[in-house]
Amino acid sequence: MSVKQISVFLENKKGRLAEVTRTLSHEKINIRALSLADTADFGVLRIIVDNPDRSVTVLKSHGFVAQVTEVVAVEVEDRPGGLSRILEVLDQDNVNVEYMYAYVEKSRENAIVICRIDDRERALQILEKNGIATVSAEALKAL
Amino acid sequence: MIWNPDFETLESAAMSHHQAERLGRLVDVLYRRVPFYRKKMEAARVKPQDIQSISDIVRLPFTTKDEMREVYPYGLLSVSLQDIVEIHTSSGTTGTPVVDAYTAGDIEVWAEVMARTLTAGGTGRHDIVQNAYGYGLFTGGLGVHYGARKIGATVIPISGGNTKRQLAIMHDFKSTVLACTPSYSLYLAEAAREEGMDPSKVGLKAGFFGAEPWSQSMRGEIQQQLGLLAIDIYGLTEIIGPGVAMECEHQEGLHVNEDHFYPEIIDPATGKVLPDGQKGELVITTLTKEGTPVLRYRTRDITYLDRSPCACGRTTARMHRVLGRTDDMLIIRGVNVFPSQIEEVILKVEGIEPHYQLVVERRDQLDELEVQVEMNEGLFSDEIRNLERTEKKIEADLYATLNIHTRVRLVEPKSIARSEGKAKRIIDNRTQGGTR
Repeated sequence: MSVKQISVFLENKKGRLAEVTRTLSHEKINIRALSLADTADFGVLRIIVDNPDRSVTVLKSHGFVAQVTEVVAVEVEDRPGGLSRILEVLDQDNVNVEYMYAYVEKSRENAIVICRIDDRERALQILEKNGIATVSAEALKAL
Repeated sequence: MIWNPDFETLESAAMSHHQAERLGRLVDVLYRRVPFYRKKMEAARVKPQDIQSISDIVRLPFTTKDEMREVYPYGLLSVSLQDIVEIHTSSGTTGTPVVDAYTAGDIEVWAEVMARTLTAGGTGRHDIVQNAYGYGLFTGGLGVHYGARKIGATVIPISGGNTKRQLAIMHDFKSTVLACTPSYSLYLAEAAREEGMDPSKVGLKAGFFGAEPWSQSMRGEIQQQLGLLAIDIYGLTEIIGPGVAMECEHQEGLHVNEDHFYPEIIDPATGKVLPDGQKGELVITTLTKEGTPVLRYRTRDITYLDRSPCACGRTTARMHRVLGRTDDMLIIRGVNVFPSQIEEVILKVEGIEPHYQLVVERRDQLDELEVQVEMNEGLFSDEIRNLERTEKKIEADLYATLNIHTRVRLVEPKSIARSEGKAKRIIDNRTQGGTR
């Protein structure tokens, strides 16, 4: 089960991030999780929103370069070693996690981590085999 | 197609003979009627009777743009003002404008060489020419206009700018030929796509692009995006406007209309004439002009000449597409760099669109060249390292070709200003107000 993430190119210039959030807020699109990776010149904003397809259309019409990236939302036990176990399982089978970030959700007993993995299908099989739950897009939206 | 086979396919001995005769007449007129040239010839110790063959041209003095400015407005007139029927000037963005005054005969020659130009790219009587060069003092608009009229094609004198209207006209009137600057053609293509039009399907078959430097890779982009044959044309206000040289359908160098404009290539430092095939500054003499003839004008354009036969059948000398300007040349840490070389390299990288800008800074006494390239969907990745790899790849390609270290920076789409006329590619911050 994979989830749609929106990736947006941003120049490292004053006000660019605010422009993205303003654009989405005008369209009543809610940002559920966010991560920003950057270099000295530019950054890539990665967000999970409640309406991914609409977000891409809106951002493109405002002149941003934006695309949908398929990611995996993994349930992590909210205790020491919870995340560690998942990474070990993936590592054992040589599945590389390109990047990851936490999903903001307080009222559940498990935390959710968004993972960008090249070999997504295989990663999902491995997680399932090891009894690690992933969250579907619908389930995520319902949270 | 060849408009005037008598001259365009003239064999070389006959061409030289014709040129010598015209040059003799020109020098005679200039010596008698234009004090500016009489003085220059006296200083060079050369008299009209010294010019017997075309090779004697090397004895004559050069003319520079600055000299032409000094005698503004009428100092180059070789006929009486009442014989002048039209006046154009250069833009004057870099100083006093240069004046080009045309007699009725000059306008006739202009129409002739522009008819040759448009014909060489396949334009005929049945074509609809959308002329998006500016009409006015700028020579581009009226030059194309006169040539298209001479052929008997239909001209739409829409002039430059007003992109939405250009697209509407192109669609409604089914234009088959487009004339504008190369950068504006890509801007039109981009705007067309935004309007939901496929610019390669509007029915354009040929485009005549000039007035600014462009590269072979940019030609590829234009041809692909607009679905037409992109013809490079060359001209300058100081000589006549467009019509000095043009490519034919084979796109292998620009045929110089040398029965009217005699080309030479010189070493810009010494003024010595260079042999064919060697790169240098293009110098042009107007052999037939009556209003404001020019002797050995230093164009500051860098190119080379090729006199080998062309597959199209024309025998006229061909100049390579302009490689750069003697005054646009950037000197980065002592290395000569032409913006056209950089364009050639970056446009070869998969996915890059021709929207880029060069910024030169001096930091700690060292020149730094930053190449800004616009991000687009094809280049984008959600992973930083892929983006950095793109930057590094361009830097490595530039180093391999130019042997200089550059810093490539990906910027957001549309952050580089679009132009409706000549694209502004260089921002040189090393000298105050050094922006071109």
